[in-house]
Amino acid sequence: MKSSRDPLAQVELAYARWLDWGTRIGLVLLIASFLAYAFEIVSPHVSFDDLVRTWVLPVDQYRLAVNAPAGWGWIDLAARGDYVNYFGIVFLALVTALCYVRILPALIAARQRTYAILAGVEIAVLAVAIAGLAAGH
Amino acid sequence: MQRKAGSSIVTALRFLALFCALSLAGPAFAAESGGVQWWVWPALLFTASFAIGIVGVLAGVGGGVLFVPIVSGFFPFHLDFVRAAGLLLALCGALSAAPQLLRGGLASLRLAMPLALAGSITSIAGARIGLALPTQVTQAALGATILAIALLMASARRSEFPEVARQDSIGAALGLGGEFHDPASGRTVEWKTHRTLPGIFLFCGIGLLAGMFGLGAGWANVPALNLLMGVPLKLAVGTSGLILSVVDTSAAWVYIHKGAVLPVLVAPAVVGVMLGAKVGARLLRIAPARIVRRIVIALLLVAGARALMKGLGL
Repeated sequence: MKSSRDPLAQVELAYARWLDWGTRIGLVLLIASFLAYAFEIVSPHVSFDDLVRTWVLPVDQYRLAVNAPAGWGWIDLAARGDYVNYFGIVFLALVTALCYVRILPALIAARQRTYAILAGVEIAVLAVAIAGLAAGH
Repeated sequence: MQRKAGSSIVTALRFLALFCALSLAGPAFAAESGGVQWWVWPALLFTASFAIGIVGVLAGVGGGVLFVPIVSGFFPFHLDFVRAAGLLLALCGALSAAPQLLRGGLASLRLAMPLALAGSITSIAGARIGLALPTQVTQAALGATILAIALLMASARRSEFPEVARQDSIGAALGLGGEFHDPASGRTVEWKTHRTLPGIFLFCGIGLLAGMFGLGAGWANVPALNLLMGVPLKLAVGTSGLILSVVDTSAAWVYIHKGAVLPVLVAPAVVGVMLGAKVGARLLRIAPARIVRRIVIALLLVAGARALMKGLGL
């Protein structure tokens, strides 16, 4: 068990709580949206016939072949069966950043200056990645 | 009694080997027969991912390192999509396990944060490099990396409670130490790190490989924490998952923004590996870890050789 003297003990518990709920919500979204897609309850942007024909291509050629979006462009197609899955995937990819945002004020309050700086830099790195700047978008 | 236990272990291993063989033979058969329905592929992917989830837990390597070489070698999907799915399934596995590990004191946020920061920056660079290189080059490099991982697994030692005589100045400045209680043995030990700067540099390299090949990185995190930095083994295993969740998140966004995430791969792979991991955790009590580890090393050698040959056009 963690030593209760560690000022980071409470921060860890807050991180764990947000991570736990975030992951549960993300997985439920992913599974529910995939079932709607696979059973064609919501029609996809890329038909399954086209998908089988094009999933052998590198991603740049695939995007051209099926007119698929890059970056946050998927939001325009969010009502389509394949892209509705992105809500779950993107949520799961956001969970870590949300946890860091949650613990930053707690680290500052606990006077953990070094760790507050580390959390701040990590948030900045993740923000660059989330914004699409790291992928060149 | 002993004979009965031995017999059930042999039966379980035979079943596992048969299941793995069917998971690999299915895609080859479907590819040869041609014109199969679209849903056959995600169904086969789910089956293979389920088997990978079982074996990954039994061998203590996680799913990502097995998923990418096996699926890129035996399924028709392009490597770009397989690497994205590999990263996301490693990410989901790490996210699911981390809360319990943190609450149980089996993972340390203090230890994870500086190393995860180093790895998350380089994993973005790795993902960009992997997507920019020609597929053949990435495939050959993946094959060589998987073969190196298999050799590392075959030769790596582990130390339950490593001796750290003196903490280095960076480890001390970051406060990388504390008390660790092992619930299994009932032992409580004081731990601290040494060789922290080389550790940070090593995590930069691990992040680069994780992003480039979508492998997850438990295979490298644990030896780096345990053997290099002197972290107790169980704390190293738990903290490795926490680091992985941050490192893979950064790289996953590069793949998401490039449009390399195909839900038809990601959802069956994530659910399959997670369910398989639950079954694997139950089998952990009876399965002989050394034999399973040898099976995984053999699987990695086959999948790595296949990836290398594909990359070299042989």
